[in-house]
Amino acid sequence: MEPVRSFFDTPSPSRYSGALSWLLTTDHKRIGLMYLFVILFWFVVAMFLGGGMRLELMFRGRTLMGPESYNALFTLHGVIMVFLFIIPGIPAIFGNFFLPIQIGTDDVFFPRLNLLSWYLYIIGGLLALVTLFIGGPPDTGWTFYVPFSVGTQTNVSVAVFAAFVLGMASMLTGINFVTTVHRMRSEAMGWLQMPLFTWSIYATSWVQILATPVVAITLILIILERFLGVGLFDPARGGDPILYQHLFWIYSHPAVYIMILPGMGVISEVITVFARKPIFGYKAMALSSIAIAVVGSLVWAHHMYTSGMSDTAVFVFSLLTFLVAIPSAIKVFSWVATLYKGSILMTPPLFFSLCFIYLFSVGGLTGLVVGAAGADIHVHDTHFVVAHFHFTMFGGTGFAFFAALHHWWPKMFGRMYDFKRAYWAAVLITFGFLLHYIPMFILGLQGMPRRYYDYVAEFEAGNFVAGFGAVFMLVGLLLMLVNLLISLKRGTLAPSDPWGGTTLEWKTLSPPPLHNFVETPDIADYPYDFTDVVRDSSGDGGGV
Amino acid sequence: MNNNPVALVDRSLYFTIGFSFFFLFAITVVMIWFVVRYRRSRNPVPSDIRGNGWLELAWTVIPTCIALAMFVSGWQAYMGLRTVPDGAMEINAYAQMYSWIFVYPNEKETENELVVPMGTPVKLIITSEDVLHSFFLPAFRVKVDAVKGMETYVWFYPDREGEFVFHCTEFCGTGHSSMDGMLSIVSPEAYQAFLEEEDDE
Repeated sequence: MEPVRSFFDTPSPSRYSGALSWLLTTDHKRIGLMYLFVILFWFVVAMFLGGGMRLELMFRGRTLMGPESYNALFTLHGVIMVFLFIIPGIPAIFGNFFLPIQIGTDDVFFPRLNLLSWYLYIIGGLLALVTLFIGGPPDTGWTFYVPFSVGTQTNVSVAVFAAFVLGMASMLTGINFVTTVHRMRSEAMGWLQMPLFTWSIYATSWVQILATPVVAITLILIILERFLGVGLFDPARGGDPILYQHLFWIYSHPAVYIMILPGMGVISEVITVFARKPIFGYKAMALSSIAIAVVGSLVWAHHMYTSGMSDTAVFVFSLLTFLVAIPSAIKVFSWVATLYKGSILMTPPLFFSLCFIYLFSVGGLTGLVVGAAGADIHVHDTHFVVAHFHFTMFGGTGFAFFAALHHWWPKMFGRMYDFKRAYWAAVLITFGFLLHYIPMFILGLQGMPRRYYDYVAEFEAGNFVAGFGAVFMLVGLLLMLVNLLISLKRGTLAPSDPWGGTTLEWKTLSPPPLHNFVETPDIADYPYDFTDVVRDSSGDGGGV
Repeated sequence: MNNNPVALVDRSLYFTIGFSFFFLFAITVVMIWFVVRYRRSRNPVPSDIRGNGWLELAWTVIPTCIALAMFVSGWQAYMGLRTVPDGAMEINAYAQMYSWIFVYPNEKETENELVVPMGTPVKLIITSEDVLHSFFLPAFRVKVDAVKGMETYVWFYPDREGEFVFHCTEFCGTGHSSMDGMLSIVSPEAYQAFLEEEDDE
C-alpha cells in the first residue's frame, strides 16, 4: 500500500509549489501554521519590549531610556500582545488547524476568506511595525484614551488603523468558524458530541463577530477626531471622553473572554487526555463557555469605576462582574475533579495545564478584588491590576497556548520534542512568572500606579525583584521555543496518537493528510470515552 | 469617626483576599494530591466518571453566595467613599499636564501640595484642564478621574497628622509618573496659619 502523503507534501491548490504553495494556499492547516510562525514572531518582539520595560523599572530614575521611549514601549507591548498575540493566538493557529479536524471535515467553510484573514493580519502587523519608525511610536497605552490620544503628536492614527485591520481579520475568522461548525460538522456529530475545544472556539467566534465591530467603529472615530476634529469625544469641542471609554470597553472587555475561552478549551482537552478520563461535567463545561460569552459581554464598565460614571452604573456592573466569575469557577472545579481517579501521565502539556490552573485561579480570584466596587477604587490603575490581568492573560491564555503547542506539536509536525528541555523551560517560565508578578500585587496594594516610568522610594524593592523574574521568564520562553524548533529537524517521528486521545485529530496521521482523514472517521456518542484507549494500552503506561 | 470608609475598603479587601487565599490553597492542594495519588504508574486503570449533578450544583451555588457577599462588602465600601458627611470642607482641585492645583475656600492656591486640618472631613472637587488625569491618595483609599468639562469628587477623613503622597493614576503623557504631590494633615491652628500665609509667587 502506498503511504499517504501529509499536507506538507500536498499543496492545495495543487498548481502552486514552493513558497507560493504556502502564500496562496487555502488549506486550513497550512494557514494555521503560517499564523503560528508570524504570531510567534510578534510574541517574541513584544516579550522583549516587556522585558525592556521591567529592566528600566528595576532602578529609580533613568536606567535605560527616557519617559518617551518607556511610554512607547508599554503601548507597543500592549498593542502587540493584545491584538497580535493573545486575541488571534489560539483561534487562528489551533482553531484553524484543529477545529475542522475535530468536527470531522476537510476544511473551513470559506477557505479563501481564511487566507484573506491571514493577509489582513499581516497588513495590521506591518502597520503596527511602521509606527515604530515613522512619526514617533504611539504613547497612549493600548487603550487609546481620549482626549490624550486625540491631542498627542505621535503616530496614533496608524496604530489605531492597525488595530482596526486586525479587528477585521479577527471578525472574518469568527464568521468562518461559526459557519464551519454549523455547516461542515460531520452529520453524525450532534452539538453535545463536539469536543470542548471546538465548543470554546465556537463561543469565542460569536463574541468576535458581535463585539469587534464596536471597537472597529470606535477606532475609526478616533481617526476622524484627529484629522477632522468632529468633537465626539473631545470635551474642548463639547464631546464626552467617557463615551469613548464605554465604546472601547464594550469591545475590549468581551475581548478578554475572546482571549481566555479558547485557552479554557485547550485545558479541557489536555487534562482529559492525560488523566485518561472523561471531562467532569461535559454539559456544564460547554454551557459555561456560552455563559461566559454572554455575561462577559455585559460587564465592560467595571473598568470605569473611577471614571466619573454614575453610582448606579457601578452597582450594576459590579454585580454582573461577580456573576461572570461563577462559570469560570465551575470550569476550574471541573478540571480538578477530572483528575480524580484518573490515570494521570505527566507530560509537558499537562505540566503547563496544571500551572495554568494555578495561575489562572490567582488571576480569577484577584479579579474578585478588582470587581468589588470599593476595593477596586484603591487598586484601580495600579500595579495590582497589571499583575491581575497578567495572571489571567499570560498565566491563563499564555500558558494554555504553551500547553496547546506541546499538546498538538506532534500532530502538526509529526515530530516529538525533547521532554527534559520542555520541563526545564516550563519550570523557568513559571518560577520567573511568580517572581515577576507577585511583587506587583504588593506594589499595587501599596499604591504604585501603572504606566509609571519612575516611582517613589517606597516601591524600590518590589520593582527590583520583579526585574529578576522577568529575566528568568525570558530565558525559559526562549528555551521552550528553541526546543520546539530543534524538534522539527531532530525530533523522533510522532505516531498518530502519541498521547492516547479520543477526539478526531488523534484518529488521523501525524501530520494529517491534505483532506485530514484517510477514511471517514467514526463519531463517538460521547467525545471523551476512553474505554478503547485504556483497553489498547494494555496497562503498559500508555502510548508514550 | 465610626464610618470612616478606609476601614470599609480594607474590610472588603481583607474579606475578598482572605477567601481567595483559602480557595487557591484548597484547589492547589487537591490538584497536586490527585496528580500524585492517581499517577499512571500507580493507577493504570482510570474510573469512568462523567459528572455528578449534586456536586456540580453545590459548587455553583456556594461560590455564587460567596461572590454575592463579596459584592455587598465592596458596594458598602464604595457607598462609604461616595457619601460625603455633612460639614465637609470643600477644596477645588484642578489637574493639568503635569501638576495639581488646589484652591482653598479663601481663594488661596497651592501646587502639588495639599494642606488640610485634622478632624474635618475634606471633599475635593476635581476637574481637568486638559487630558484625563486621576487623583489617587493611597493612604485614604480614594481615587477618581479628573475629566475636562466635568466635576468629580472624593472625600476623606483626616484622622491623623502627617504627610501622605498622592499620585496621578490616569496616563497623561511623559510627565505622568512625576505628577504627584504631598498631602499634609496639620492641626487646625496650623491650618489657619497656612491659609493666612501669603502665596509664595
